[in-house]
Amino acid sequence: MNKIYDIIIIGGGPGGLSAAKSAAENGAKHILVLERDREVGGILQQCVHNGFGLHHFKEELTGPGYAQKCYDLVKDMDEVEISVDTMVLNIENKSDDKKIVTCVSPRNGLQKIEGRTVILTMGCRERTRGAIRIPGYRPAGVYTAGAAQRMVNMEGYLPGHKIVILGSGDIGLIMARRMSLEGCKVEAVLEICPFSNGLTRNIVQCLNDYDIPLYLSHTIVGIKGRDRVEGITVSNVDDSMRPIAGTEFDIECDTVLLSVGLIPENELSRELGVAIHPRTNGPVVDQHRETSIDGVFAAGNVVHVHDLVDFVSDEAEIAGKFAAIKATGNAKKATLDINVNAGDGINTCVPQHIRLTSGEDESVRLFMRAKSPQRKVTLHIKDGDGEVMKKPLAIVKPSEMIAVDIPAAKVKNIKSDITVSIEGAK
Amino acid sequence: MDKVQTKILNCIMCPMGCELTATMEDGVVTSVKGNSCPRGEKYAKDELTNPMRMLTSTVRIEGAALHLLPVVSKSTLPKGKILECAEALREIKAKAPVKVGDVIAPNILGLGVDIVASRDMAAV
Repeated sequence: MNKIYDIIIIGGGPGGLSAAKSAAENGAKHILVLERDREVGGILQQCVHNGFGLHHFKEELTGPGYAQKCYDLVKDMDEVEISVDTMVLNIENKSDDKKIVTCVSPRNGLQKIEGRTVILTMGCRERTRGAIRIPGYRPAGVYTAGAAQRMVNMEGYLPGHKIVILGSGDIGLIMARRMSLEGCKVEAVLEICPFSNGLTRNIVQCLNDYDIPLYLSHTIVGIKGRDRVEGITVSNVDDSMRPIAGTEFDIECDTVLLSVGLIPENELSRELGVAIHPRTNGPVVDQHRETSIDGVFAAGNVVHVHDLVDFVSDEAEIAGKFAAIKATGNAKKATLDINVNAGDGINTCVPQHIRLTSGEDESVRLFMRAKSPQRKVTLHIKDGDGEVMKKPLAIVKPSEMIAVDIPAAKVKNIKSDITVSIEGAK
Repeated sequence: MDKVQTKILNCIMCPMGCELTATMEDGVVTSVKGNSCPRGEKYAKDELTNPMRMLTSTVRIEGAALHLLPVVSKSTLPKGKILECAEALREIKAKAPVKVGDVIAPNILGLGVDIVASRDMAAV
């Protein structure tokens, strides 16, 4: 019971599993993954569609297939221990190299476990009806898209037969196709923004293929029915997303699925005292994915919501590597701490700062989201002295994360805070 | 007279979603631009002449911790046959244990494509 782990990983989804693999490969000897579900894999287990893995594994996989691959890579590693059915209740920061994780499981009851470092990979959860304040009664038949996805793909129930989906994020689009394949009629997908927030491929193969109409700049202003959803009232919205009076129309349906955004799940991080960024709603991290607390790392959707699980794995491998280096006492002291600011046209940028050590610094990958869709733009990265680098981008969309590497040679030359911005074509 | 048409379409082979510009002459795709990998060119040609799609769905499973097993087509199927294939899968029942890649529905609807398990599922 007095075993001290090099790394305790909170969450056994693709982030946690990828972090564990990378940590083992980088010298950590005792790694513990804590997962609250009955098996690892996280949300991927209900994402039965394909399109995962092309970047990270160089092959196209389904969600469960991707989870399987992540698990297969660590299941026989002596360094990695996985504890399922285990809910983490609290993380305490005793000192730079002593963290206490309190968790509970049917097998071991309440436990306090000590680790030198912790990696937060709790992922995210869905925004609900309450979060977007749709007026009307509270009849049965209103679900978040992810809850419906779990019912249909893992538990074997259909939430209804005539479906309207609010929100054109990827989960909404994927569910439109999934419900169609199960014989349901999807009446419409509504999107409050003037553009879709899903991947283009999903508009094509999930909506266009099944002749499902997508109403941009529209939202639900009322849900009808007392015991069960009977229909919805839809309205056009103006530039500030306010419903326009007189544009309302009704759609008959028995089910409303909400795909209205994801929130990084940071209750544990907040309680631990990790600094949370107001835009990403996730921990502020450096390029090694170390948070504001020494020895606490974070990666994946808990840091910022990704659109590709491949990037979650990439990010988790970074966190795993540097947590391993820290846990084995090989971390180098940073000599310069540089902020990365989101400038014009950029909504979020991760990491939020770069800690440089003199001499050998590696290339740094920045993950960014644009504020609005634009074509033929230039991405500028500038410090106090001027341009660090620039990169032309054919297309940017808020739904598709921009990933840009600052080469090691250029990282070395950065002397002060940098700002990333997008400039349109002249 | 040659009928030259330009078609703009979004590649769906991966989440990159490249915008492709395809030129067609007499129903034959003569050039594809905008793709960042060879899969884009093939996609444009197939999409404009014989559209194909992967199928992912679930089948019932007996003897596992879960009621459903996720499945995927081994390769693409004609787009027009996807709904029929999904319907056929509703009649199939798998039995645990299953290994990822096990054939669950061989040669679905005689289209020459196997439907296989997406993941391992242990017997309980």
